Amino acid sequence: MIFSMLVFSLMVAVIFNFSFPPGSEFIDDAAAGIIWMTFIFTSLLGMSRSFVREVDKGCMQGLLLAPIDRVDIYISKMLINLIFIIMVEVVVVPLFSVFFKINLFDSIGALSAVLLLSTLGFAIVGTLFSAIAVNTRTREVMLPILHFPVSIPLIICAVQATNAVMAGQAWSVIWPWLKIIIAFDLIFFLVGYLTFEYIVEDS
Amino acid sequence: MKAEGSFAITVAGLTKCFGHMYALRQVDLAVKTGEFVTIFGPNGAGKTTLIRILSTLSKSSSGEVSILGSSPAKEPESIRRQIGVIGHNTFLYEELTAAENLKFYGKLYSVSNLGQRIEESLAEVGLSARAADRVRTFSRGMQQRLAIARAMLHDPSILLLDEPYTGLDQHAAHVLSEWLSRLRKESRTTLMVTHNIERGIELADRIVVLRNGEFVYDHLRKGVSAEDFKQIYNDLVEGKPGKHA
Ligand SMILES: Nc1ncnc2c1ncn2[C@@H]1O[C@H](COP(=O)(O)OP(=O)(O)OP(=O)(O)O)[C@@H](O)[C@H]1O
Ligand SMILES: [Mg+2]
Repeated sequence: MIFSMLVFSLMVAVIFNFSFPPGSEFIDDAAAGIIWMTFIFTSLLGMSRSFVREVDKGCMQGLLLAPIDRVDIYISKMLINLIFIIMVEVVVVPLFSVFFKINLFDSIGALSAVLLLSTLGFAIVGTLFSAIAVNTRTREVMLPILHFPVSIPLIICAVQATNAVMAGQAWSVIWPWLKIIIAFDLIFFLVGYLTFEYIVEDS
Repeated sequence: MKAEGSFAITVAGLTKCFGHMYALRQVDLAVKTGEFVTIFGPNGAGKTTLIRILSTLSKSSSGEVSILGSSPAKEPESIRRQIGVIGHNTFLYEELTAAENLKFYGKLYSVSNLGQRIEESLAEVGLSARAADRVRTFSRGMQQRLAIARAMLHDPSILLLDEPYTGLDQHAAHVLSEWLSRLRKESRTTLMVTHNIERGIELADRIVVLRNGEFVYDHLRKGVSAEDFKQIYNDLVEGKPGKHA
């Protein structure tokens, strides 16, 4: 899983590297968008599979039968999705930095905060929706369809914050975006926390 | 609650409907602690639906259910800890080995002495030699054996078995019966669904027949031979209404 996610995002990175001539001014403006587009598609690819393995042999029922809090299933799935996406980002971000000749290491702290908190939001929403999508007939299509409209605010903030970080702007410019991202994370974690039990419950 | 002390499972007026379709209609059942009850019934009678409600996987539409004094709606976790369930699915991860599957579930149930317990269970179902093989490479019967080991891993006091003999060969079926009869001596309560009349009768203290979401037969096994019961069962499922035990 992590492997196919990695391959996919490396491919995207390489393709974009070839589509822009080095040093083109356009890159500065587009880089944040390109980076996030890569991560969004990569995370959807990974997260769409997160419950498939559970439903195939009825393992989900096995989990539901266990004397555990059902929300723990959600949190574990969400954390493992988060870890997978972060692992991909750790490999791909330096690559982008090289390809696009943007120095990201001066602002590594701010960049990490933006990446981590935004990715957390994607994992929170994506895990919840993949639990819903896995029970529909068109699993693979359903996740993006559910995920995109809901995560648009997150995507906008993530791109803007990343832009600000890459342009070397002050923390005071980045922080307002980050605040919205944190609020998004909290709200949707609460939604997942409260609804997951009903999502996985059978009729 | 104390009055129910001698009953492990009590069900009163249990109804389950899917849309307009009734899977269970006003079902009553009381299973004593240590009792072994076998449920027979034609396809679609509602047997699996009943097992799923008792195992907290599914919610009833109306009626009362109590398992060891707890209600599935209010205290599902304490029930889940004490039941061992075999269902239509094996609940096994194909990409994990037999031992890994048991380890995973054992952790979920906080089984103590897990390593030793896994070895014992695998030996019990005759899979010790395949412990390190992926479940994907197992035959249907082998997967069923592992599903049985999985259900017994945490030493549950109530067994809810939905067609546990599915896919087992003669020998494995015999081993399962032996195991179940040994467990029964340790005063475990068992509710088993099966289509195999010989196997179902051999172990049962009590036999019930579910048809169309209703119990149409409920009788102590003592004094009922497999031959007699086959006759009774055929009469019942061929649908002579109003025939009650
Ligand atoms: N999820 C569901 N949605 C709608 N109807 C269902 C559902 N599950 C079961 N039913 C219906 O409830 C009835 C009882 O089904 P159930 O699975 O309990 O039968 P069963 O006695 O276990 O049969 P079998 O011997 O084939 O396993 C059937 O008519 C079935 O169509
Ligand atoms: Mg069934």
